[in-house]
Amino acid sequence: MTHASDVGTASRSGPPAIDDGFRTAPAVHEVRNEEDLLVVRHAVRAATLRAGFSIVDQTRVVTAASELARNAYVHGGGGTLAIEHLARTGAAGLRLTVADEGPGIPDLSAALTDGFTTGAGLGHGLGGARRLMDEFDIDTAAGDGTTVTVTRWAVR
Amino acid sequence: MNSTPSNGVPILRLGDVLVTGLLNELDDKSAVAFTEELTARITSDHARGVLIDISRLEIIDSFVARTLMELTTMARLLGARVIVAGMRPPVAITLVELGLQLTGVETALNAEQGMAALGWHQTPSPPEGVLRDTRQ
Repeated sequence: MTHASDVGTASRSGPPAIDDGFRTAPAVHEVRNEEDLLVVRHAVRAATLRAGFSIVDQTRVVTAASELARNAYVHGGGGTLAIEHLARTGAAGLRLTVADEGPGIPDLSAALTDGFTTGAGLGHGLGGARRLMDEFDIDTAAGDGTTVTVTRWAVR
Repeated sequence: MNSTPSNGVPILRLGDVLVTGLLNELDDKSAVAFTEELTARITSDHARGVLIDISRLEIIDSFVARTLMELTTMARLLGARVIVAGMRPPVAITLVELGLQLTGVETALNAEQGMAALGWHQTPSPPEGVLRDTRQ
């Protein structure tokens, strides 16, 4: 199992996420076809609005969701995207968990490098999603799928 | 050829410029269809310029970015200059953070400035052969 994480490394992350005031049950969306990609984008957009994100943060989170959902669909053979609302003192957060049961990522550090692609994309999806979010966590194993968890906090 | 706009946005011809746009719901299939339709129209309409309005796009992910870059290259190979106009500021911020610079894609603040860059001004002069009302 390969793992990469940079939870809380960004200065804007603030205090760690463990002191969540409350959590709501994650809403899980299927990512099985092209239409699902659009449905998921709309759901994430609605969640960012509900969380009170600025227009730039909305755009960052929806773009990251689009990259990760497309990865799960194209490389992982389909999967799920879960949306979770987080709250801590002074900030609302949104956590996305994108999981697939695909072949996994054999070389994780290469996959996180800009310009590296095994598909028809531009090779910026994974590294780009990492930069757009405050927290990034990935678990992958050969033949055992990939799970990416990203979080963005909106400081109120 | 299917005359229904694949992308939901018609491709208009103004002189030797094609004017079209992208909507938010661009998936693989409509991106491919749009690319095919636009390149076919460049050839059939002898277009020298293409304006693509993207002011409706709420996000540009790497898939849409790739579509725009490929379209620009294909059009250039066919002798037409593409200008992508009207990018929203949050989209520009997010694109840069994603690491995408839309290399090779010419942009304009809005459709009007894009059309000006393609040689269209507020008093347009149509190409030769186009009938024009010259009464004062």
